[in-house]
Parts: sequence; structure tokens; C-alpha cells
Amino acid sequence: MAEKIATRDAYGKTLAELAVSDKNLVVLDADLSKSTKTGDFAKVCPERFVEMGIAEQNMVAVAAGLATLGKHVFCSSFAIFAVGRAFEQVRNAVAYPQLPVTVAATHAGITVGEDGATHQAIEDISLMRSVPGMTVVVPADAHETAQAVRLLAEYDKPAYLRLGRLAVESVMPEDYQFQIGKGFVLRDGADAVIFACGLMVQEAVKAAEMLAAEGIDAAVVNLPTIKPLDTELVISMAKKCGAVITAEEHNINGGLGSAVAEVLAENCPTPMLRVGVADVFGQSGKPAELMAEYGLNADALAAKVKEVITRK
Amino acid sequence: MGVIFVDTLKLEATARQMRQEIIKMITAAGSGHPGGSLSAADIMTVLYFDKMNLRPDEPKWDGRDYFVLSKGHAAPALYAALALRGFFPVEQLETLRKLHSPLQGHPVSTKVPGVDVSTGSLGQGISVAAGIAKGLKIDGKPNHVYALLGDGECQEGEVWEALMFAAHYQLDNLTVIIDRNCLQIDGKVDEVMSISPLDKKLDAFGFNVLMVNGHNIESIGRAIDTAKAEKGRPTAIIANTVKGRGVSFMENQVGWHGNAPKPEEAAQALQELQDMR
Repeated sequence: MAEKIATRDAYGKTLAELAVSDKNLVVLDADLSKSTKTGDFAKVCPERFVEMGIAEQNMVAVAAGLATLGKHVFCSSFAIFAVGRAFEQVRNAVAYPQLPVTVAATHAGITVGEDGATHQAIEDISLMRSVPGMTVVVPADAHETAQAVRLLAEYDKPAYLRLGRLAVESVMPEDYQFQIGKGFVLRDGADAVIFACGLMVQEAVKAAEMLAAEGIDAAVVNLPTIKPLDTELVISMAKKCGAVITAEEHNINGGLGSAVAEVLAENCPTPMLRVGVADVFGQSGKPAELMAEYGLNADALAAKVKEVITRK
Repeated sequence: MGVIFVDTLKLEATARQMRQEIIKMITAAGSGHPGGSLSAADIMTVLYFDKMNLRPDEPKWDGRDYFVLSKGHAAPALYAALALRGFFPVEQLETLRKLHSPLQGHPVSTKVPGVDVSTGSLGQGISVAAGIAKGLKIDGKPNHVYALLGDGECQEGEVWEALMFAAHYQLDNLTVIIDRNCLQIDGKVDEVMSISPLDKKLDAFGFNVLMVNGHNIESIGRAIDTAKAEKGRPTAIIANTVKGRGVSFMENQVGWHGNAPKPEEAAQALQELQDMR
């Protein structure tokens, strides 16, 4: 089995690497630097790390101030606070003036685990996707995260980077190059296509393997950029396979599933089912237990693929 | 002291002119916030015509001081200051709040020369200003940052997060000016949600606190000089003002927070400002 690394770990490691080469980078955190891994950057570059205390609204607007001076800022907290509590600061102080701030939030989704629903953001993609001009990136593994962080450090627009707490398998090939707005076909197929993001990509790969054993040929497409979405790839794969599943660790309303549904409804209506948290709050539990409970693991995905194929 | 006296007269004349432009543009727009724009006019005059380092022909000049209008609804005061200072033509002021005008109801950095920070949502501007001040410290630059807040705005929790941050990082390159006109949309600040004792709160948060008559040009100037000389902590200037200052029927009237004068009211207002001494 491939080595498991959390996307937040790759984030901290990459920031620390960039600290040396990118003197324009400033990193902010709201008392969670050990968890978000911005502490890795703080260790090597204390002069450009700013501890903000437990004050996320101020953090995001301070990031806007630093960006006003031309700095590129990463500001981090858990997704529920960075995007939930500070939503309006992200919208008005960062996105509206088009400042180069990356809101890099960790602990997104239900795999936060035992902390329970208060800390499990399942609305963040939806919120960020609805802000005009916002780029929304959800990397699938450590390799993709590292590339996304490097690219966003040079990006001249506001962005949201969604990261997870849980260690995930490496799914992207070594020679893969992350590009904003580009999806990646991990496995081609003919019977159905699974569009996935974040840790659901590893589940989608497993589900496709399970289905292959039963003679079902499911494609797996990683869509790391929810906005702007790779509409060309979404349309072409949907047309080719004729049945679509979306998979995300997020509310089924407003996230990747909604983004794909919007594109397909307007361009090539296709039988489709969305896999995600079914518009309910999460709860405490071990990540794997929660994934099973809310129908987010490979088993549940495979079952949904079979179901959607019957609608063709 | 003769020279200073002449300068003061000149600045007072500029403030009158700024108030007239505020009335004219809000009247032309048919909406806007005259009360809090008029209360801030003298403060804006001292900043833009005396104390701030600026280059109107080079708005993004590296050496400039930064001004953040945290009380973004006083945009007419900022636009008047910028236009009179030469950042854009005064004639443009009449496009305030009109479709496709750069002069939006609340200031936008991407559209108006001289506006460094987009504001309008209360409580955010002071945080952005503090972020600029922190960035200047990181870079070891001498530029000063000013943030103008409303007193009602101080009810926003984020204001106190920002004050805590500014004091914690000893941002002595930040001066927060509070336009203490004692009124907000729903009534008197003390009755809606008291922020008193504001001076003690600011002091307890680690600020150098100064109190001035916000309509006395010389006092405002001296307070800003004192603020810039302070080392190791940021300064907050509580500027006691009169909402609607300069127009008799608007002064201390809560109804003039966000209403445009009718043409005949505007004519009277402009006449009063003409006669103002």
C-alpha cells in the first residue's frame, strides 16, 4: 500500500520549503499552528509568521492588509472557522478587492473525527464557490497539495485551499503537474464515471477496483479545482460514460456535486447521483466509522455506481 | 505663530469646501450618508492636506502613508478629500453611487486612485489597517497607517480583535481615529449599545489614548503629531465630533445618518457652509 500522508502535513512541509526561496510569503494562524502545520513554517521563518490568537475575523482582514502591501499571504485555521466564522471577511476584505490571499483551511469534512459536528465543516466548498472570483482547490493527496501550495504562493488572486486532518493514500502519479482548473483522469472507463475531490479520490480508486472485479468499468476523475471547474473534461467524460457519480467529503448541497450537476444540466443532462454528507450534521467517531456511517467509503461509492448505471 | 494661524485658516477653508462637495454629491446621488461624512470632514482635511505623505499623481508611491476609512459609509468625505487633493477630477464627484461610476456607495480599492483599502462592512477596515502596519514593520518601513472608525462601529467585535492585535505587536505606526459623534442609525450610541467608557477601554487594550475636539484643526494636527511620536504602542485618538457638523438642520440629528437632502435643503446647506466660520 502507498504511504499515507495528510494533506495538512504536505501543506506545512511545502510552506517551510518555500520560506527560504519566497521572501514575499507571510503566514498567519489563529492558535492552531500545530494542527494546521503552519508551525513548520514558523520554525524556519519566525519573522514572517504572524500568530493571530483565536481571532479568525481579524486574521483574514489582517491578511488583506498584508496583501495590500503586495505580500502573498496564507492564513490558516480549521475550515469551519476560517471560512465559516470569517466568511464575510473573506468575501469583503479579500475577494472583493481581489487580493492575493490563500485561505488554507485544514480539518475540513467529517474526518475531523472525535471533535464532532461543531468542528466538521461540510459547507465550506459551497460558501467559497459562491464568492465571485474565488478559486477553490481541494487536493487529493500530499503530492497534489505540495504542487498546489507552490502554485498558489505565486497566484495573484484570492484562493481557498481545502485540506484534511486524516492521512490519505498517494493517488496521483509522480510526474503529475497540478494546474488550476484542470482535472485528471486517474482511470479511464466506459460504464460510469466518478468525479471526486479530496480524500474521496482514494475511495473512488478503490471503488473502481472493486467494480472492475465484478466486470463494471468505472472511470475515476480527480477534480482538484472545484472553481474554476474543468467543464470540458466533465462534459466529455459524462458523454463517454453516460452515468455520473460525484464524491466529496462535504454536504451534497453546494459543493462538487452541485458544480458538476450545474455543468451537466446545462450542457449534457446525464443520469447522476451525488455522494457526500446527505444534508445532515456529523457527529463524534473515528474517521473510518464516520466515513461508513455517512456513506462516504469505497463500498458505498461502488453501490452508488451500480445504482446510477441502472438509470442509463 | 503667525504662519500656523494662516495654515489653519487655509485648512478650515478646505474643510468647508469638502463639506460643500459632500452635500453636492450626496444630493446628486439621491442617497448616501451626510451625517458621518460631515462629522469626519475636519479630520480628513488635516490628514489629507497637512499630515499624510501622499503623491496624488502617483497614488501607489512606496513612501505614502496609508489611510483606511473603516467607517466606509463616510465615502463622500474620502472622495471629496481625494478629489480636492488632486487624485481625480472634482467633476467626477457627481457620479457618486451611479451605475458604472468608480465612486461606489462604499470605497473600492480597485476602482478609485488613492483608495488603498475597500471598506464598508464595519469592523474590517481597522483589521486591514493593522495588517498593513504589521507588514510595514516586517519590512522595516517608516510609513504611517491611519484608520478612521465610527463610534457605533466600535460595537463590532472585530474592532476589539484588531485593537488587541495592534497593541500586542506594538504597532506604533498605526493611529486609530474614532469619530465620536455619538449617534448611529437606531439612535444615540449610549442608548443603542453603550461603548463607554471608550477611553478607559482603549487604554486597557494597550493604546496611547488622546482626546480632541474633532472640529478643531489645530488640535487634530497636534494629536496626530503626538501619535506619530509615540513609540512602542499604537495610538487611538478619540475625536469628539458633531454628526452633520456645519449644516444646522443636520447637526445631531440621527435622521441624517443615511438620507440625501432634497434640492432646497441642499441649497440651504450650501449657503450655511458658505457662511460658516
